[in-house]
Amino acid sequence: MKITPAEISHVAGLARLSMTREEGEAMARHLEEILSYVAKLNELDTAGVAPTTHAISIVNAFREDEVRASLPREKTLANAPRQNGESFVVPRVI
Amino acid sequence: MALYGLTIHELQAMLAGRHVSAVELTRAVLDRIAAVEDRVRAYITLDPEGALQQAAAADKKLGAGSGGPLCGIPFSIKDVLCTDGLRTTCGSRILENFVPPYDATAIVKLKQAGAVLLGKVSMDEFAMGSTSENCAFGPPHNPWNTAYICGGSSGGSAASVAADECIASLGTDTGGSIRQPASHCGVVGLKPTYGRVSRYGLVAFASSLDQAGPLTKDVTDCALVMNAISGHDPRDSTSVEREVPDFCRSLQDGLGGMKVGIPKEYFIEGLDPEVEKAVMGGIRHLREAGAEIVEVSLPHTDYCVAVYYLVAPAEASSNLARYDGVRYGLRDTSADTLLDMYRDSRSAGFGPEVKRRILIGTYALSSGYYDAYYKKASQVRTLITEDFKRAFAACDLLASPVTPTPAWKLAAKVDDPLSVYLSDILTISANLTGIPAISVPCGFSGAGLPIGLQLQAAHFNEEKLFRAAYNLEQRLDISRLRPANL
Repeated sequence: MKITPAEISHVAGLARLSMTREEGEAMARHLEEILSYVAKLNELDTAGVAPTTHAISIVNAFREDEVRASLPREKTLANAPRQNGESFVVPRVI
Repeated sequence: MALYGLTIHELQAMLAGRHVSAVELTRAVLDRIAAVEDRVRAYITLDPEGALQQAAAADKKLGAGSGGPLCGIPFSIKDVLCTDGLRTTCGSRILENFVPPYDATAIVKLKQAGAVLLGKVSMDEFAMGSTSENCAFGPPHNPWNTAYICGGSSGGSAASVAADECIASLGTDTGGSIRQPASHCGVVGLKPTYGRVSRYGLVAFASSLDQAGPLTKDVTDCALVMNAISGHDPRDSTSVEREVPDFCRSLQDGLGGMKVGIPKEYFIEGLDPEVEKAVMGGIRHLREAGAEIVEVSLPHTDYCVAVYYLVAPAEASSNLARYDGVRYGLRDTSADTLLDMYRDSRSAGFGPEVKRRILIGTYALSSGYYDAYYKKASQVRTLITEDFKRAFAACDLLASPVTPTPAWKLAAKVDDPLSVYLSDILTISANLTGIPAISVPCGFSGAGLPIGLQLQAAHFNEEKLFRAAYNLEQRLDISRLRPANL
């Protein structure tokens, strides 16, 4: 399985990561190695096998839609890199 | 023995009888940390003042006879569980200055039981790793030989327990991250059944696999901590509404009538002979304690690592999308556009292993590859689960090594991620299938490094694990050995 620098840069873009050329090359090599390894799953016939998404059988956990106490605004904003006392502030988008 | 070397169950009586105060005990542990921490490096954040305040409050309760079961017991906490007002970094630059506005439910429960929180301990960044070397703030060192890894990702938890830098610790386990460092550091570590302990406030890595649990000096302590942290939490929709037994109740029951299965696929090529010898010795003790030993088969064992290294990164790539520099964490403030801010903040904040896993996960979930990778892995996960159902129809417990080798030297495998991934082969299935599993010390390598024995049980059968582990511990009598040269 060959992973090209273009593929790495495409996937990195999807994941909102940027990489130097050296980083990208190392990542391509590791990804190739790992994808070649996981290809062993193709040895197994899984036709008709239901995929597992939860390890234990639980059904949807519904609850009443009640108003409950939440964190105060200043505590919620306290970790923000930039905020104005009411909102998180980010670079202009429009 | 020095106060810091004692167990929870020994200290409970001393604290309740007022033979020692929680402040004296906490000071003794803080002094111990001051004496050995430059060699062990288990802590990312130490909070001596906060710990002494909590200890003073514990003393008041103990004096009034109203202390909870862990009242006055000093704990270290893996730096992935949110602690209100105490920095929680996940071993990452991206959260270097993150101070959670609330406690994880497991922390709330520890505090309700009276525990004293000493600080936050080292881990692989976002719990991704098996050596704790992926910690952005430097790796912890194995207390038995500080040139060696202490395992991971809960390496700081295991190291702090082994070095007596706490009385007990909480870690988390996504693919072996409690059991493997417990094995490498000669302490007891339990990954509970998925859903037994709330994940609320546990910073998510792979949500279908993550579970918090104790690392302790012996099996009784492990059961005591589980009594405190288990139970349904309405804030975690995957936590299970099921009565929590007193995990200490059946510790001393013998093993008569218990069937222990030996999965033949776990005694694999590449299994270190010293590990095999120690584990087989442990299994002999289980037989002598009354257990019947049977051979079982888990035919899909060889596929576990491949399934795990698709499922876990896929979930991680989604979970870690939240680190975008907006609400918390590192932000690159020089970026002019939102997209650049996301990209530059994430690229500067995440370390190489986290980036690698985000890439694997994003690739496996991306258009055109989903069926071939993520869906295929989830289907094989079902086959692995069926293996275990069949095995537990024939036995109560599975006994095996925790890891194929003892701990290796720091930096020995940093450029070879796949070989490190492969070392997780014996612990991963418990996470893929959601079953509980424990590591209990069973011997030492020739180089003097600890070796653990893993026991696995069907869902919600932690009591069986504790019973067998306790019997083994009593017979081997090595759990209380401590590194001599530290």
